[in-house]
Amino acid sequence: MRAWLPYPLFSIALFLMWLLLNQSVAPGSIVVGVFLSALLGWVLVKLQPTRSRLHRLGLMGSLALAVAADIVRSNVAVAGIILRARGRPANTGFMSVDVDLENENALALLACILTATPGTAWLEYDRRRKSLLIHVLDIDNEDLWRRTVKRYAAGLKEILQ
Amino acid sequence: MSHLTDLPPWAAIAVCGLLLFGAAMTLIGSLGLLRLPSFYDRLHAPTIATSGGTILICLASMLCFAVLQSRWIFHELLIIFFITVTTPVTLMLLGQATLYRDRVENRQDVPRKPKPAAELDSE
Repeated sequence: MRAWLPYPLFSIALFLMWLLLNQSVAPGSIVVGVFLSALLGWVLVKLQPTRSRLHRLGLMGSLALAVAADIVRSNVAVAGIILRARGRPANTGFMSVDVDLENENALALLACILTATPGTAWLEYDRRRKSLLIHVLDIDNEDLWRRTVKRYAAGLKEILQ
Repeated sequence: MSHLTDLPPWAAIAVCGLLLFGAAMTLIGSLGLLRLPSFYDRLHAPTIATSGGTILICLASMLCFAVLQSRWIFHELLIIFFITVTTPVTLMLLGQATLYRDRVENRQDVPRKPKPAAELDSE
């Protein structure tokens, strides 16, 4: 398969995106989609992204569910903090978490997760110290945030090593 | 354009609820920009709009047009996906720029830059 498609997962994702955008599974759009996804897979070779294989698909599902639950919970929490910002200013602050991730794709995914959950903002990752500096709106629960980030990092490390 | 009046009541109520909640989330996000005191706090406010607001409004759109055209519609998922993937780029850019400026100005309430590895070893 690698001989035909250098990045099979990327090509499959592009193909699905093409079908979704066209909203059809007519033979014509399938042919164009296969052609485009194969061609753009070869274009990606020039960009040389980090390769990573997916492991433990079951874990991926449970991680996605945990992320969805966290997004809902933190949306509500941050909305509450903003609405009563005048009365009682939120207790915000910086914190650094030790995150042991080498893989660039895993780091990028972690950044997407942390950004999608309001209340945590990614500021800086130090590759040598392997520590991540984030800003949280609710610093009172510092231990909770630390545990959450570490749990995501451990899950991502297992999925994309 | 489309016949919104053809929407059955249960779907209309669900679509309205999702839309209103999504719009409220986006409004709260914008309010946060106005009310939160420091720049780092204000970084959090728009992420409510890009996660909660976008997801709810896109779900409303999916439900509405799926019921109206009586078929499954999924291409709003692409909007959710691309917004989720691209927001961290701007957010990190803003955060890093502010952190850099505050460190250059020697502000005391900002964490120091970690020491380089060479100094770490000599400690």
